[in-house]
Amino acid sequence: MIEVKKICKSYQNGDNVTQVLFDISFKIEKGEYVAIIGPSGSGKSTLMHILGALDVPTSGEYILNGKNIEKLNDDALSDIRNSEIGFIFQSYNLLPRMTALRNVMIPMAYAGVPKSKRILRAKEYLDIVGLSDKYNNLPNQLSGGQKQRVAIARALSMEPSILLADEPTGNLPTSQSNEIIQLFEELNKKGHTIIIITHNDEIAKRANRVLNLVDGKIISDKKNQ
Amino acid sequence: MHIIEIFEESVDVLKNNKLRTALSILGIIIGIGSVIALMTLGQASQASVKKQIQSLGTNLLTVRPGAQSSGFIRMSSGDSKNLKNEDIDAIKNSNRFTTISQVGAEYSSRSQVSYERNNINVSVSGITPEIFSLRNVQLEFGREFTQEDMGSKNKVAILGPTTAEDLFGTGVNPIGQTIRINGGTYTVIGVTKAKGSSGPFSQDEIVYLPLETAQKVLFGVSHVSTIYISAKSEDVMDAARNQLGYFLLEQHGLKSPEEADFSISSQEDILQTITQVTQTFTALLTGIAAISLLVGGIGIMNIMLVTVTERTTEIGLRKALGAKRKSIIYQFLIEAIILTFIGGLIGVCIGLGASFILTKSMSLPLVFSAPSIILAVVVAATIGIIFGWYPAWKASKLQPIEALRYE
Ligand SMILES: Nc1ncnc2c1ncn2[C@@H]1O[C@H](COP(=O)(O)OP(=O)(O)OP(=O)(O)O)[C@@H](O)[C@H]1O
Ligand SMILES: [Mg+2]
Repeated sequence: MIEVKKICKSYQNGDNVTQVLFDISFKIEKGEYVAIIGPSGSGKSTLMHILGALDVPTSGEYILNGKNIEKLNDDALSDIRNSEIGFIFQSYNLLPRMTALRNVMIPMAYAGVPKSKRILRAKEYLDIVGLSDKYNNLPNQLSGGQKQRVAIARALSMEPSILLADEPTGNLPTSQSNEIIQLFEELNKKGHTIIIITHNDEIAKRANRVLNLVDGKIISDKKNQ
Repeated sequence: MHIIEIFEESVDVLKNNKLRTALSILGIIIGIGSVIALMTLGQASQASVKKQIQSLGTNLLTVRPGAQSSGFIRMSSGDSKNLKNEDIDAIKNSNRFTTISQVGAEYSSRSQVSYERNNINVSVSGITPEIFSLRNVQLEFGREFTQEDMGSKNKVAILGPTTAEDLFGTGVNPIGQTIRINGGTYTVIGVTKAKGSSGPFSQDEIVYLPLETAQKVLFGVSHVSTIYISAKSEDVMDAARNQLGYFLLEQHGLKSPEEADFSISSQEDILQTITQVTQTFTALLTGIAAISLLVGGIGIMNIMLVTVTERTTEIGLRKALGAKRKSIIYQFLIEAIILTFIGGLIGVCIGLGASFILTKSMSLPLVFSAPSIILAVVVAATIGIIFGWYPAWKASKLQPIEALRYE
């Protein structure tokens, strides 16, 4: 499903080259529920962006559902992000002038789903994340947890096989955080592959597998029983 | 994403930024507005001149003093004095002319004309009786000049309708009243029908006197400023022009046409020259207005670049969620086109409004040409495409993660 081979990533600022990821290799099978943990600045988000086809590694190979990502052009990458990956950002990233419903509809619009069907499906997923009464709220009329749930509904709307979540509960109180984790567990039971970055040990414990990233290297890769 | 939806979203964005939208299309509005106003104004003045000249009839030949020069016709008269009353008499009495039906002459100059307290400066034209029929002038009231008026240099006058109104007020019949021209008194015997024109060629702002009255009594001259001749038909115009030319050469004791001290022009010649002149002016002014359109286009590009920068995160997010480059290009291009299109429409309205007011105040006929209006709107939208392209292309090149990180 997901396979990364010797991935390195470095950033260049003028003459200054900072390497963030060092020779990362792993495989994640379909239906796994993986938590990535590690100290701040260890490169978790950087790795996640590469997995989400939002960024490209400096070297190494990334094979997603059999496709070698670095060989694809801009538009082909857009297609993959649109239909195969659901990305949940740490900072929600909703469009502020659009209602919850319309935010959820964006990926479907780019996929060419007819408008009437889009509305139905967007409502369906907002219902799943428990926002059936917030269709027409603008992002600034929603709480942090609600915004995160809109972002999750948006990520789910294209029914991607892989769901990537970068600290989805980082900004949320425990009660809301629990609801979202429960939602992920349900989705995982339905067969979605889930990769989640977290600082929270409790959340990590509930995953099937935990990758520990320190200073851009994977120092442990453990299965939970 | 469907193009109609991109369009709807662009409209939303523009609506949310009303002030900016208004300011950014100002350049286009001014550009298109002035192009339209100047084009209509040019067309209007051309139409007005054309109407006046054509109202004189297409069979008319005009002889003026001064050397013939190809292309450019002298519009000033009176600087040469070599067209005399004898020339007219000779033409009239000659039996060589087979192509000419009527001959008339005019001496005209400006003078102060007054009635009681009303005092105006107006063109005073001494004419032979044929002039009225040669120039399609008809009487509203009163009578025309007779041979008796001509022969005895009677101090009688026929007024153009505008002049009659200026001197006597509206609705007053001036027949039988006495006006003063340069100290002398003249009895009004007629008023002509309005020809509906104004300016230097106007036949409504004029005082007609018998030719010799004007020459001998009023201005003290013995030459004429123009001789008018009508050909029997439009087909014999060239023959008439030749006959007349050689006759006058002979009359003036000259041998070859190069020595001619007069020029003969048809209404068509005059029309062509004037059309050329107005067209050049219109083109020049429209060109200047078009530059402001270009500046407007650059304004649109500027605002679109600002918009793209402002919405970097949005673009990054859209690309992260599956937008292809084409969708992003369309999104910004459509925004630019809507801007310039609306600017073009408003510009056209303002331009037409301005032309309406201007032509009204200059009493010119208003001619709206639909093609030039449509063209203006199309040009505006094209400017949107040209100047919106670069910002849109730039937006589409953004990499999602860099764009999302942009603060
Ligand atoms: N564009 C960039 N240019 C240079 N360095 C960068 C850039 N983006 C990230 N980094 C560096 O890469 C390292 C890893 O960043 P990353 O965001 O992946 O960390 P993280 O593990 O997600 O941290 P956190 O838990 O705080 O979110 C950091 O040291 C950061 O400074
Ligand atoms: Mg991070």
